[in-house]
Amino acid sequence: MNAPTGTARLIRLALRRDRRLLPLWILFPCLVPPVFIAAFNGAYPTARARQEYMETSLHNTAFTVTYGPLHGSTLGELVTWRSGFIPVIVALVALLTVIRHTRTEEEAGRRELIGSTAVSRHAAMAAALLMTCAACLVLGAVSALVLIGQGLPAAGSLAYGSGLAAAGWVFAAIGAVAAQLTSGAGSARGIAIVVLGTAFLLRGIGDVSALSGGRLGWLSWTSPIGWAHQLRPFAGERWWIIALAACATAALTAAAVALSARRDLGNGLFAARVGPAVAPPGLRSPLGLAWRLHRGSLISRTAGLAVVGLGLGGIAQSIGELMNNSSPAAREVLARVGGPGTVVDQYFVGMMTMFAVIAAGFAIQAALRLRAEESEGRAEPLLAAPVDRLRWAGSHLVFALLGPTLGLAAFGATTGLAHGLNTGGLGRDLPRVLAAALVQLPAVWLFAGLAFALFGLLPRLAAGAFAVLLASLLLGWLGGELQLSRWVLDLSVFNHIPQLPGGELTVLPLAVLTVTAAALILLGLYGLRRRDMSAG
Amino acid sequence: MTDAISVAGLVKTFGSTRALDGLDLAVRTGEVHGFLGPNGAGKSTTIRVLLGLMRADAGTALLLGGDPWADATALHRRLAYVPGDVTLWPNLSGGEVIDLLGRLRGGLDKRRRADLLERFDLDPRKKGRAYSKGNRQKVALVAAFASDVELLILDEPTSGLDPLMEEVFRETIRDEVRRGDRTVLLSSHILAEVEALCDRLTIIRDGRAVETGTLSDLRHLTRTSIRAELEGPPYGLDELPGVHDLRVDGDRIRFDVDPSALGAALGRLSSAGVRSLVSQPPTLEELFLRHYDRAAGNGRHAEAAR
Repeated sequence: MNAPTGTARLIRLALRRDRRLLPLWILFPCLVPPVFIAAFNGAYPTARARQEYMETSLHNTAFTVTYGPLHGSTLGELVTWRSGFIPVIVALVALLTVIRHTRTEEEAGRRELIGSTAVSRHAAMAAALLMTCAACLVLGAVSALVLIGQGLPAAGSLAYGSGLAAAGWVFAAIGAVAAQLTSGAGSARGIAIVVLGTAFLLRGIGDVSALSGGRLGWLSWTSPIGWAHQLRPFAGERWWIIALAACATAALTAAAVALSARRDLGNGLFAARVGPAVAPPGLRSPLGLAWRLHRGSLISRTAGLAVVGLGLGGIAQSIGELMNNSSPAAREVLARVGGPGTVVDQYFVGMMTMFAVIAAGFAIQAALRLRAEESEGRAEPLLAAPVDRLRWAGSHLVFALLGPTLGLAAFGATTGLAHGLNTGGLGRDLPRVLAAALVQLPAVWLFAGLAFALFGLLPRLAAGAFAVLLASLLLGWLGGELQLSRWVLDLSVFNHIPQLPGGELTVLPLAVLTVTAAALILLGLYGLRRRDMSAG
Repeated sequence: MTDAISVAGLVKTFGSTRALDGLDLAVRTGEVHGFLGPNGAGKSTTIRVLLGLMRADAGTALLLGGDPWADATALHRRLAYVPGDVTLWPNLSGGEVIDLLGRLRGGLDKRRRADLLERFDLDPRKKGRAYSKGNRQKVALVAAFASDVELLILDEPTSGLDPLMEEVFRETIRDEVRRGDRTVLLSSHILAEVEALCDRLTIIRDGRAVETGTLSDLRHLTRTSIRAELEGPPYGLDELPGVHDLRVDGDRIRFDVDPSALGAALGRLSSAGVRSLVSQPPTLEELFLRHYDRAAGNGRHAEAAR
């Protein structure tokens, strides 16, 4: 196959632009499994200990939703299972990278500059896909080598690495398709991320259903994220799944090329509509403008979370039934921690923490909108009108706080609703689950506050709020296995949230988090009052 | 007559770059003031300080009698601003942006809005991302002109407009001035535009005002460049006062001439017999080069070495 003219040059350009980012996202996923190897070797050194760990873990359905199915208790199986969220991260980065080098370039008008040179019209997409897929391949190969280097069987290690690469490939191609659909990079990212979220959800529901003997196990097969798990590293590898992923990637790429050939530069498949000639009455204040800018993502995210809640709440009850198909040893352990009710509660705690992290990501993103408005020059005409800059900032901050609040509330309500309808105890379960969602809010607000404080004080580092969120996530994810000391774990904001439902509701940490969030917001306002506004 | 803008000794540094280096600027109420300078001279930085978006490190700035930093919101009720590089919200239509900015400034005249849209031939229904650079600029211009304000601050407002629209812009500015006590600060690097519109102008370079005054004060900047092909030698042209940079290359000749000496110089040319003649006002770049070679060349090098 001949690559379109100019592809090699564009790959070099993309590599130059991503020279710092690319090694980071290739290396990071390779470093996680060794951490788990060390942790399992330390905490569960014997086969018997691992077997016990597996028996109990099997019944934490939150684990199954997050990490995928667990087939056995060898070190390789446990480590790759516990690293089971990595395919989602690789897929996310892959689709973002492809969109960044295609639609974002086009929207910014840089594609036009490139397009006027001796470069084929498909070269940009070819370059973005080739670079991303090659990076995924390197990522998979390094991951496999790391596992082999740690003494795990070569076949399983290679299967694990292939699973990561395959997830990256399919979602790189999905990113390429999404980039053809809309004229804005933001909506292209939105579409691709919704596809990723759906794939994750289908896999989760399918895996849980398979585990509890339900009829929805086939759902896992509809999800490209599920394929990485269906490769079954260390548990009877199914190599043909690589071919399945390669075919899907090829088909999606062909679709993207066909779409790209049908549209003009700058346009998407969905034609840009004409807007009103006169502004609606509500568009007369910074708050009115902020509502216009945030409402699309606010409504779609709230609706998305509500739908996801229905799905995750709907499967909760089947988890209690797991008890019936488990071994006597596991049943004994479960009885000790509190019976089937506790298993379901444990699942809810895990889900609430996970969606609190997602909501915190939304909060940061909404707060960073301020920085984008500033650096892209759209704040200037507003601030040159009689608009106080604190009022301008406040109008976006409202949505950074309100958006995730509504989202989590909707998620909690629909999760509780679906679960309550299943159990027949709506009056009891809906408030319990909703409370478990709402109790996460102070942590979410804290991240909105952090992003805002950085925006006010150190605007160039505002995106660092995401790094803090990622660190919090990793502490929660790895901390327990690494048996880190308590004060390190306490660095994670989410560690201070009461474990509802089932746990004890303590008000003090919630109050402290809320007050800290408020203090960060005040700090941001103070910084914003004093600093220069900069465009570009 | 009071000053709408008065700036003295303004200094603004970004790291090691000194964007404004003791800038002085005085704009009288009711005048159209040209603010000229090459790219990177500090025009936009000055405007951002005047708009309270940035705080100066030293010097004083007075805008409509108030402090541009401390009284920003109150002052902004009385002015409208058109940025040099207009970016719009991708999902808002041009008409929505015009109305939003107008309403924020306290309402806009609907008839005037319609009239301006027609004049500038702008479709207000398109979404922000669908506009070209020139059309984005038109959105900001219509929003500014449709507001009833005392002061217009325009930062290179015609850089994306075609010549036809540039003429519409000039007419609109003339209308504004005719309406009465509107003040306009017009930043530009197009000398012809400034010549056509401005009562007074300030030229800045490297963050400092190097010339300020009325057009006739700065008459020495508006020499005409002449190129001609002659039948015989042009006797006495080199002795004529007001003729500069005379170069003779066989029967071709080039020189610059002050307006006062233009008639005499053309007389000498026609007595030598003219085969072809091109005359053009010097470009701004040429003017700057000449101006700095003469006045500030040494100082600039000294500063760069600092």
